[in-house]
Amino acid sequence: MSEFARRILVLFAHPALQKSRVNRVLIEGLRDLEGVTLHDLYEAYPDFGIDVAREQRLLLENDLIVLQHPLFWYSTPAILKEWQDLVLEHGWAYGSDGEALAGKLWLNAITTGGREVAYSADGHNRFTIRELLRPLEQTARLCSMEFLPPYGVHGTLGMRTEEIQAHAAEYRRLLSAFRDGQVDLDSARTAERLNADLDSIIRRGEA
Amino acid sequence: MHGQGFFFQAFVYLAAAVIAVPIAKRLGLGSVLGYLIAGMVIGPFGLGLIGAEGEDVMHFAEFGVVMMLFLIGLELRPALLWRMRGPILGTGGLQVGVTTVLLTAIGILLGLPWQTSLAVGMTLALSSTAIVLQTLNEKNLMGTDAGQSSFAVLLFQDIAVIPMLALMPLLAVGAVGTTTAANEYGTETATHATTWVEGLPPWEQTLVVLLAVAAIVLAGRYLLRPIFRVIASTRLRELFTAAALLLIIGIALLMAQVGLSPALGTFLAGVVLANSEYRHELESEIDPFKGLLLAVFFIAVGASVDFQLISDRPQLILGIVGGLMLIKFAVLFGLGRAFKMGLDQNFLFAFTLAQGGEFAFVLFSFASQNAVIPDDVTAPLIAAVAVSMALTPVLMLLNEKLIQPRFGTRESIEREPDEIHSSSPVIIAGFGRFGSIVGRFLRANGVRPTVLEYDSDRVELLRRLGLDVYYGDASRKDLLEAAGAGDARLLVIAMEDHTRVLALVETAQKHFPHLVILARASGRPEAYELQDQGVDHVYRETLDTSLRTGMDALRLLGRPGHQTYRSARTFRIHDEESVRDLGRMRHDRKAYFSAARERIQSLEELLLTEVQGPVENRDEGWDTDTLRQEYGGGEE
Repeated sequence: MSEFARRILVLFAHPALQKSRVNRVLIEGLRDLEGVTLHDLYEAYPDFGIDVAREQRLLLENDLIVLQHPLFWYSTPAILKEWQDLVLEHGWAYGSDGEALAGKLWLNAITTGGREVAYSADGHNRFTIRELLRPLEQTARLCSMEFLPPYGVHGTLGMRTEEIQAHAAEYRRLLSAFRDGQVDLDSARTAERLNADLDSIIRRGEA
Repeated sequence: MHGQGFFFQAFVYLAAAVIAVPIAKRLGLGSVLGYLIAGMVIGPFGLGLIGAEGEDVMHFAEFGVVMMLFLIGLELRPALLWRMRGPILGTGGLQVGVTTVLLTAIGILLGLPWQTSLAVGMTLALSSTAIVLQTLNEKNLMGTDAGQSSFAVLLFQDIAVIPMLALMPLLAVGAVGTTTAANEYGTETATHATTWVEGLPPWEQTLVVLLAVAAIVLAGRYLLRPIFRVIASTRLRELFTAAALLLIIGIALLMAQVGLSPALGTFLAGVVLANSEYRHELESEIDPFKGLLLAVFFIAVGASVDFQLISDRPQLILGIVGGLMLIKFAVLFGLGRAFKMGLDQNFLFAFTLAQGGEFAFVLFSFASQNAVIPDDVTAPLIAAVAVSMALTPVLMLLNEKLIQPRFGTRESIEREPDEIHSSSPVIIAGFGRFGSIVGRFLRANGVRPTVLEYDSDRVELLRRLGLDVYYGDASRKDLLEAAGAGDARLLVIAMEDHTRVLALVETAQKHFPHLVILARASGRPEAYELQDQGVDHVYRETLDTSLRTGMDALRLLGRPGHQTYRSARTFRIHDEESVRDLGRMRHDRKAYFSAARERIQSLEELLLTEVQGPVENRDEGWDTDTLRQEYGGGEE
């Protein structure tokens, strides 16, 4: 069905896209990227009426599931929580018979207003991003999925347009590499966040 | 051949138009050129089907210009006009001033008396409102920089005509004849009466003029709308048409009486009525008359081109035409430069206005009657003006095909919604119980819909509340067009009468296939019919309210809020799905019944599962049954 190494589903959640500066640019950068299915949850389900069957079908059709969202109260925007509650059903995603998602990759692509230094034991937020994402990490694990270190854009509050553009280009490059099978998963697993050093996790010229 | 009565003339004119214009359009020449050529063909120098009476016809048909300016006024709200005062006075004033000075100087250099030279210079400084605006409209260029500037210049020229007429008798070099200044386009009728201002001292003349203008403004504001409302409430369309024509002719007569340009007067009336709810209806009533009269006018201009004179003295005529257009072009181009117009726009602007105007025909005969210009001077000038007018569409075509492609940007590139055509993306047809809620909601979200409503009392009421509501039957193509259906994206059909809803759907789909239609249906049968017509967005008017009632009933019975809400949503989705499916099947009655039964059954089942437990994949994520089975150790 697809000539790509991995098919990618981006579950995008931002309740007020018109107010977004960074997420909007990140998502725009993916619009024409082949092999990537963009799924804007707030646009598709303005009243939170999530179509469970459709969501499960989308998950089955893809290999890398990206949850792209701003970090709200150290977690996802509300609709992504609703999505987890409804779509990741017992007996389908987890439980003794729940193997539908086994082996797929889970990636959070997160934006935060605060700078990265604020997310540390000494920082304002006291925990690292990775620590704060533990509930999601465990969710992925319970669904037999592999949870990857997040892709993170931090300090968005004062970010200049050129920086945002650079992040968008980087994000596109990362997803293209996943799609083409050029990401070295072994080194990716050890990164604190995937975009700390993209060159070290993307292999050249293969796939 | 001539003089065989009105019907023969009408037949000749109409036949010429019907034959020539489609050919011209097919060849990409535009309708104006088509009419002009048709006129040349049937004129005294062509087939000779029309003769000297062509000139009278021309004067009569100039009334089309008056109507055109009324229509332009209708599109120009007072605030917009006020914003254009800079271009009108600046660009327009300089164009008339500089061109007049240059042409006068040339006249003097050629040995004409300065009075004659000035009269000729002033007259030739004017351009042809009829040809320019018609061509710009047809090519959809009114919204461009050049279009707006051209319009501003033409408007100034129309105002400048008044002092020119006043000045003309003062320039007399011989014995002065007496002709009234009102002998201007479209007011042949008025010339037989003496005007009111004749013989009055200048300050009283000014006073009368000001009073007349004030009368138009006040009547437009306070008198016309109630009158139109009464007329509209009779629902006799021809009465409305008659009233609209009466208005324009009345103003033209009044203006002629006080010595003002009728075109200016009706333009003013148009501006005053631009904010009225009858604007679109007036537009669509007057438009055919304007179109027809302008067509006759263009044919008459074509017929009046004096090929005899041209072939007798070709160098002279062509020299005048060439010199005139060159000078006008140069002045316009220079002005465009000075006002920082883009090069492509500047070319368009300069080519568009480089001709002599229809007003020259009137002014020259007026001038020769007043002995300002001798006949042997006016004859070649009139011929030259006619030729320059006929050349204008050709020049614009050359500009479009040869010059514009050299620039990166085409002049027809759509700009942001501009001042004159500030049309809304949404048209709401019908503003009763249903449409008013849609409209209010859109407005609350910053979208100002254009509203069409057929009940004139309601229109009046809503307008008093400050809404943009227009009177008219939305299922008429011309009214839809006037309401901006060509530019709008959505058409909300919120009328109650289903027959009229269907009629409007048909009109809209036929003439404006780009419009997305959102239609109101009272119930299932109506929804089926709309679906059959290919309308994707159909709204049964009671569905949502009934469901909300049902939801509240359930909640008052103590059902949990969120679950009730979700259940109502599921109900609605399935109900709408079933309308879609059954709509397709209903032509086969047997299939309809079995499917309907099946639908109801599945709906019942679905609703039960919402409340009583999981059967399908409904919100299973929130259910703990399977979890209890797997991890709960079977207690309970």
